[in-house]
Formats: sequence, C-alpha cells, structure tokens
Amino acid sequence: MLDALPAPLVQVEDLKMYFPIHTGLLRRHTGDVKAVDGVSFSIPAGETLGLVGESGCGKSTVGRALLRLYEVTGGRVVIDGEDVAALAPEALRKKRPTMQMVFQDPQASLNPRMSVAAIIAEPLDEHTPLSRAQKLERVYELMDAVGLNRRFANRFPHEFSGGQRQRIGIARALALNPKFIVCDEPIAALDVSIQAQVVNLLEDLQTRLGLTYLFISHDLSMVRHIADRVAVMYLGRIAELSPRDALYDRPLHPYAEALLSAVNEPDPNRARRARIILKGDVPSPANPPQGCNFCTRCPKVFDLCRAVKPDLTEVEPGRHVACHLFSKPPAGTTGPREATEHNQQGVTQ
Amino acid sequence: MLTYTLRRLLLAIPTLLLISLAIFLLVDLAPGSPASEIPLTVPPEVKAKILEAMGVNQPVWVRYVLWLKQFFVVEPLVGWDSLFGTHYSEGMQRIISYQSRAPVFTTIGQRIPQTLTVIGSAYAIGILIALPIGIYSAYRQYSWFDQLGTFIAMVGYSVPTFFTGVLLIVIFSVNLGWFPSIYDTTLKVVDWASFWKQVHQMALPVTVLALFNAAEISRYTRSSMLENLSQDYVRTARAKGMTERTVVLKHVLRNSLIPVVTIIALGMPTIFGGAIITEQVFKVNGIGAALIGAIHGNDLPMVQTLTFIFATLIVLFNLVADVLYGFLDPRIRYD
Repeated sequence: MLDALPAPLVQVEDLKMYFPIHTGLLRRHTGDVKAVDGVSFSIPAGETLGLVGESGCGKSTVGRALLRLYEVTGGRVVIDGEDVAALAPEALRKKRPTMQMVFQDPQASLNPRMSVAAIIAEPLDEHTPLSRAQKLERVYELMDAVGLNRRFANRFPHEFSGGQRQRIGIARALALNPKFIVCDEPIAALDVSIQAQVVNLLEDLQTRLGLTYLFISHDLSMVRHIADRVAVMYLGRIAELSPRDALYDRPLHPYAEALLSAVNEPDPNRARRARIILKGDVPSPANPPQGCNFCTRCPKVFDLCRAVKPDLTEVEPGRHVACHLFSKPPAGTTGPREATEHNQQGVTQ
Repeated sequence: MLTYTLRRLLLAIPTLLLISLAIFLLVDLAPGSPASEIPLTVPPEVKAKILEAMGVNQPVWVRYVLWLKQFFVVEPLVGWDSLFGTHYSEGMQRIISYQSRAPVFTTIGQRIPQTLTVIGSAYAIGILIALPIGIYSAYRQYSWFDQLGTFIAMVGYSVPTFFTGVLLIVIFSVNLGWFPSIYDTTLKVVDWASFWKQVHQMALPVTVLALFNAAEISRYTRSSMLENLSQDYVRTARAKGMTERTVVLKHVLRNSLIPVVTIIALGMPTIFGGAIITEQVFKVNGIGAALIGAIHGNDLPMVQTLTFIFATLIVLFNLVADVLYGFLDPRIRYD
C-alpha cells in the first residue's frame, strides 16, 4: 500500500503558512508567525492520514491552508491534479466540490439563521443544476447517510445536540461528492460517548464512498483507530510521518516518543510505556529556534540539533523522520535504528 | 409571539402611567409658570381670573388626573369623531395650549407633516448610505475606504448638527446660493416645479441629519459585520465554494443585521420627535420647533403632551425592536 505509488490524490510540497506580525506606531511588518513552516506529505486516494500534535502546533492551519481557506505563503498543494494554492479565485470556487472540510466546532461553523435543509442544499444551489425536488431528495439522502432523521430538515442548528450538529456538518461536506475531506478535530467538541459514533460514521462513509481523509486531532487513541498513516507535527513542522502501527509501536522521533507516551493503555495487564515528561514550553512560532524546532525540549539533543534544521527523510521503508539522530548514517541501509539509537544514547547527556 | 407582544403591551401601561406622572411633576416643578406670560399691565384680579380659567390654580393631582382623562379619553374620542363623523366628544374639554388657546393636538397635526417629510427622509437616506458603507468598510477592514469612512463617521457623529447646519448654510446658501436657508412650510407640492422647490429646500436639513444618522448606523453595521466575518460559519460558506457576494450578503449581512435593526428601530421615535436643533437652524416648522416654542412660553399642556407622546413612541419601538429580533434570529423564541 505504501510502496506502490500511484499518483496520490493529495500531494503537499513545502507548504508554508506565515501570519504577518505588524507592530509599532506605523504597524510595520516586523515578523511572521510561522504557523506552518515547510510541510510536505502526500495522501493516496482512499487513505486516511492522521495529523497529530499539541495545541498550537499548526495542525488546523495545515488543514485550512490545504483547502485554501488561507492564502498560503508558499509551497504547492496538488489535489486531484491541480495546484490548489495557485488557482485563480473562480477556478478555486469550481474546485471546491472536490475538497471539503468538517470543522471542529459544529455550533459555530453552521450559520445560525439557516435551516438544516438550507445548509446542506446551499452548495447544491451553487454547483449543480438540480431542480428543487432533486435537491430536496439529495438533502434527505444525505441526512439518511449521516443518520439524521428527515423530519429535522427544517430545524435550525441550535435545536440540535453537539453530535447531531456534527452530523449536519458532515452531511454538508458530503453534499457535492467530494474526493478529499479534511476533518479538523471533528470530535474535539463532542462528548466522549458521541465521539465514537461520529468517528465510526466517518469510517463507514469512507468505505462506502471511497473518501480520502486528512484527520486532524489531538486525540491520539482516536487517530490510532481511524488513520492508516500518522504525521506528528511540532511547531509548524512534521517531526515524523509513519504508518500507524509502526509509529504507535515504536516511535522514532523523540517528540513522537514523548507524545505517544501520553497514550493510556486500556489493558491494565499490559505494561504501560514509561511516561516521558517534556520540560519547558513550546517556543513561539514567531521566533522558532535556529536549529531543530524541538531542540529546546528534546531529551536527546546534541550540538548539531541547535545549528541545523533536520529535513524529513525516509529512514526506514515508509517511515519519515526529521531528526539528526537518524540522518547521520547513510540512508537506505536496513535496520540502522538499533545502531543509531545506541549511538545516540551515548551522545545525549 | 402574539402572546408575548400582548404581554409586553399590557406591561407598557403601568410603565407609561409612571412616565406620564414623572413628566407631569417635572414640568410642573420646573421654574416658570403660565402666570409669568401674562403682561404686568393686566390688573391682578383679571390675572387671577385668567389663571382660574386655565385651571392652573387647581392642585397638582387634580390637574394630572384631568390631563390623563383628556389624553386617554377625550382626545381619542375627538379623533374617532373626526374620522367617522360621530359626536361622542361634544362638550368635552380638550387639552388646550396655554400659548395658542387652541387644542394641542391641532397644533401637532399641523406640525407633524413637516417633521415626517424632513426628518423621515433624512433618516431613510441616512440608512441607505450607512448600510453599504458599513458593509464595505468591514469587508475591507483598514483599507483606505474604511479609514475614510471611519473619519467621516467620526466627524458626522461628533460635530453637532447646529454647527454642520450653519456651516452648510454659510457654504451653500450664503456663498454659493444653491439652496435656500429657510424651509418654507407654506409651500404646496402641486407640480414638478414646486416639487423641485421642495427638494431644494429640504436638501440642507436632510443632509445635516442624514450625515448624523449615517455616521451612527454605519458604525454599528461595520462592527457587527466585522464580528460576523470572523465567525466559523463564514469559513464554512467559503469552503462550500459560495461566491464572495453570497458569503457577504447572504451569510454575514443577514446575521449582522440584528443589532443594526435594533438601532434603526430605536431611532424611529426621533423621526416623530423631530430634530429640535436642526428644525430650529433651518426654521422647519415641525414638532421639535413646537416643543421648543412651548418650553419658552411655559406652555405646560403642550410640553407635557409632546413629551409623553415621545415616551410612548420609545416604549413602542422598543417592543418593535424586540419583536423584530424574534423574526431575524431563529434562536430567539418568545413563548
């Protein structure tokens, strides 16, 4: 699955999203918040890529920049053969049906003054020549698909519970048969009891409609459940991008290791991973460290880390890591990990 | 909604009664009395008779209850009679102005058309100018258009109308001679020529008031639009691939209108109340001018009646604003 490389549905190259900082009397441009600073990945059709990281690491910004809800600072985002980051406004609008987003806050992301039917049907008005009756039929179809009672079509968003609202959000995203959906923390605002329902719904829809997801979340267990591959972000950059099982079994990047050590093991008989507690705070994305972004908190930091930013490189088949611990030995050798790590253990003090 | 409206109307009754009492006492306690308007050459016994005929010598509460009866019983009956040709109000004492010795409502009836034409059109024009400016300023926040709009709104709001009014008179009437500086109340609109003349004489007062109203409403529109533009549902609408026009005018504007409609509705009473100062500056013979004249002349019944009508309108339009809220925002239910 990972080795065979048909043209992936989504191909992101060196995506950069800087938010300018204006300060002083004349509000001059004095710097940038580097929310996303050179992120590259690709998602083959039908796959789910999980994107995890702590709050403020730029996960959501990646999702929004991908769909060009922000004007990106640099890089290419090729979705289904077209560079979304460079499309002209009208062409972009025509492209929108291909790529949709499920938002984090189902309350705020639905227009409070529109009924459910109007919310779901609006993209149909804009992008399809369907008749009124056909549109209503499609709305009902979508409501069935996400498990909403048809009788609720004329109600307003505030009359629903959080889980139901998220279903409305999903139905809305599905209205135009998209190929790619960015799920931006779709379950973060929901009760635990509802989270599983929504995630299962998303999985079910993926199997039935052949959707491709970018699943952004800080819920590591949920990502483990739904994702095929997982990217771990730290301070605007991808630290590690690996197949799910490999990552959860044996994280390579020290940050991924620390992050995943926070996952609780539900089975009390199985030994719990030793919890790695990182010290200090995340540096400001307006002023990231000179070398590796993680060098200020990394337990395995050494001199090179403070000087040179590591690039994301494939260190094992399918496993990409941005860390100097792994970039030193010549790439391509099999099983260098034990050696490197052993090697590094000596270096780190 | 109907039950709510009815309940609010019922609640308005004690409120208005209390307001009328407060106004009556205030007007009564204010220095100055109708007696001071009678020339000193009038002998004291004649003066006493005049005052007695006016009913000024009665205790406050008698005069208050009498006024209540006249306002709520006699005047509506008079109105009914004149509408349907009946004779219920015959022989009843109406509210009489001390100054003109004519019924107060006759004066109001004469004054209200001027006020409604001038102030009403100023308000309408103000809204029509303010909405597009507010919308576009918010959409292009911090652009030169926004900065200019902010500046003009600041000027329009902070410079008093008696200054802008006189300034416009100096520029457009005295120096350029384009518009008359005095509003001619006797002008009847019968043909195009007189209509054009009417437009001409309305131009200056309407401009002054429209600038003032537009300044306030455009500020509210802008800030409300800004608040909504950053909402998540706007991003959703963009993600749906809607045109910017739809996003701004359908999604953002409709949600932003709620506070704007409130401001507009609450400003409505001022149309009826007239703009006292502007009417004075341009000699528009409207309600505001009538009120000022009545205050100068210690005309208690006139002041009392006019002020109470304004109070009623304010209570009424508060209710209208609340009911409109329910129509504009599905989240608000009055049940």
